[in-house]
Amino acid sequence: MVQHRSRDVPFRGGGFRPARIRGVGLAVFVVLIALAEWGTRAGWISPLTLPRPSDVLAIFGELLATGRFWDHMVPSLTRLAVGSALGVSTGVAVGVAIGLFSYVRAGLIPLVAALFPIPKIALLPLFVIWFGIDEGSKYALIALGTFTPTVVATYGAVDNVDRTLIRMGQSFGLTWRSIVTKIVLPGALPGILSGLRVSLAIGIILLVAAEMLGAEFGIGAFILQAGSLYDLERLFAGVVILSALGVATSAAIGALERRLLSWRS
Amino acid sequence: MDLRLDRISHSYGPVEVLSDISLDIPAGEILCIIGPSGCGKSTLLRLIGGLERADAGRVLQLGTPPPDCLNPLTYIFQDFALLPWRSVRGNVSLALEDHALTASRKAEIITDVLVRTGLADFADAVPKQLSGGMKQRTAIARALAVNPAVLLMDEPLSALDAQTRELLIDDLVALWSRQRFTGVYITHNLGEAVRLGHRIAVLSRRPGRVREVIEIGTALDSRTLGDPDLDAIQRKLWHMMRDEAAAADRELA
Ligand SMILES: Nc1ncnc2c1ncn2[C@@H]1O[C@H](COP(=O)(O)OP(=O)(O)O)[C@@H](O)[C@H]1O
Ligand SMILES: [Mg+2]
Repeated sequence: MVQHRSRDVPFRGGGFRPARIRGVGLAVFVVLIALAEWGTRAGWISPLTLPRPSDVLAIFGELLATGRFWDHMVPSLTRLAVGSALGVSTGVAVGVAIGLFSYVRAGLIPLVAALFPIPKIALLPLFVIWFGIDEGSKYALIALGTFTPTVVATYGAVDNVDRTLIRMGQSFGLTWRSIVTKIVLPGALPGILSGLRVSLAIGIILLVAAEMLGAEFGIGAFILQAGSLYDLERLFAGVVILSALGVATSAAIGALERRLLSWRS
Repeated sequence: MDLRLDRISHSYGPVEVLSDISLDIPAGEILCIIGPSGCGKSTLLRLIGGLERADAGRVLQLGTPPPDCLNPLTYIFQDFALLPWRSVRGNVSLALEDHALTASRKAEIITDVLVRTGLADFADAVPKQLSGGMKQRTAIARALAVNPAVLLMDEPLSALDAQTRELLIDDLVALWSRQRFTGVYITHNLGEAVRLGHRIAVLSRRPGRVREVIEIGTALDSRTLGDPDLDAIQRKLWHMMRDEAAAADRELA
C-alpha cells in the first residue's frame, strides 16, 4: 500500500459576508473626537483649524440653557417635516401612477428626468417670487427636492414587483383595486423605503440651503451667522446637529423597515 | 363543466409556439399535458385560463360551473405565487376577499381547506418559514378555497425535491378522490403524468402540436410507485418523446 501524506483541506470560503457589528461605528466617532480634543489641548492642532470638541459641547450647553437651541430647531424641523411630507407623498403618488398607467409613464418620465438634475437651490429666487420669502418658498424647495428622487424610486419599485404575483391576483379574479393595494403597493414598499432614505438626506441639505437665504431662525441661519463671524465652535455645533439629524432619520427608516419588511427573507 | 380547446394556434412575434391544438377536458378528469421544454405547455395553460388570448382558435366552456364556485378556472403555479408578507391564512383569504361572503363563512372555508391540506397548525406562519412542500400546499389550499370547476396546474411539483413530490402526489390523489375536480396538469415529469393523469396528451416540440392522447384505465388511488403497467406506459411515453426532447434541447430559443 502506498503511503500518502495527509493534510487538512485548506479553507477558502471566508469573507464577502457583511455581518452586523455593534459599537464599532460609535468607537470610530469617539476616537476621532478624542484625537481632536487631545490635539487642540496639546497644541499640535491650532485652534484656527479645528475647534476644541469640549468648546463645541459648551456651546450646546449655552444654547440649551438660553433656550436658543429650540428657537432654531423647531422652525427647522417644521420645515423639514412639512416640505418632505409634501414632496414624498406626491412623489409616491406620481411614482405609483407612472408604474401603473402607460400614458402617465410616457408623459411624466421625461419631465421627471428633466427636473431631477436641476440643482433645486438655483430655483430658490424663483420660489421666493412664487411662494413668498417666508415659509412657503422653503417648503416648496424641500418638497421639490424630495419629490424627484421619490418618484424615481417609487416607479422603479412598482416595476420590480413580481409579475407572477400580479398574474396570480388576476387569475383569482381580484379587482384592479385589490391587486394594487394588496399586491403592488406592499411589493413596492421595500424600494419606496430605500428611496426615502435618499430623499430625506436631500431634504436636509435643501433645508440648510433655504435657511441660509433669508431666515432669521433655523439651523441653516445659525450656521451662516457663525460662519460669517468665523466662530468655528458655533459652526461646528450647527454641523453636529445636521449630522445627528441625518443619523436620526436614517435610523428611523431602518426601524420602519425592520417593522414593516420583516417578511423579507 | 367541460372545457374544449378548439384548433388553438398561438405565436409570439415570428415564433410559432402552438399549432392547431384541439383537446377535450371532460369534468371530473385530470388531463396531463407533457412535452419537451419550450414546446408551449405554459402558454397553452395561460390560454385555457384566460390569462392570454390565442391568436386563433377558441377555448370553450361547455355547461355552467356549479353555483357555489367562486373562481371557475383556478391556477396552481410552479413557483407557488404566495404573497410573502401574508401568513398562510392571509394568503388563502386573499382569494376570498373580493367575494361577498360573511366573515364567518370565510373563516369556515379557510379552516376547511387548511385542514384538508394538512396546514391547520401552520395558519399563522409566513412563507419564508415554510418548506417548499408547505408553500405548495398553501397554494393548493388557496385554490381549493374558491371551489374551482377546473384546476389548472403548471408544473406544480417541479420546484420540489423528489421525496416531497411523492408526498404531494399522494395528497393530490387524496384530494381528487374526495372531490372529483377537473384538472389540467402540465408536467415534464413522466412519472407524475402516469400517476395523476386519466389521459395524457403528448405535445411535439415547438410549435407544439398534439402528437397523441393516451388513456390510462387504472383508478388514480390504486396507482402506486413502481407499478409495472404504469412503468410500461411511462417507457412508451419516453420512447415517443425522446427524439423530440433531444431535438428541442439543441434548439435556440
Ligand atoms: N410572453 C412571451 N413572449 C415571448 N415569447 C414567449 C412568451 N412566453 C413564452 N414564450 C416563448 O414561447 C415558447 C414556449 O414557452 P412555454 O409555453 O413557457 O413553454 P413550456 O412551458 O412548454 O416550456 C418558448 O420558446 C418561449 O421562449
Ligand atoms: Mg413552462
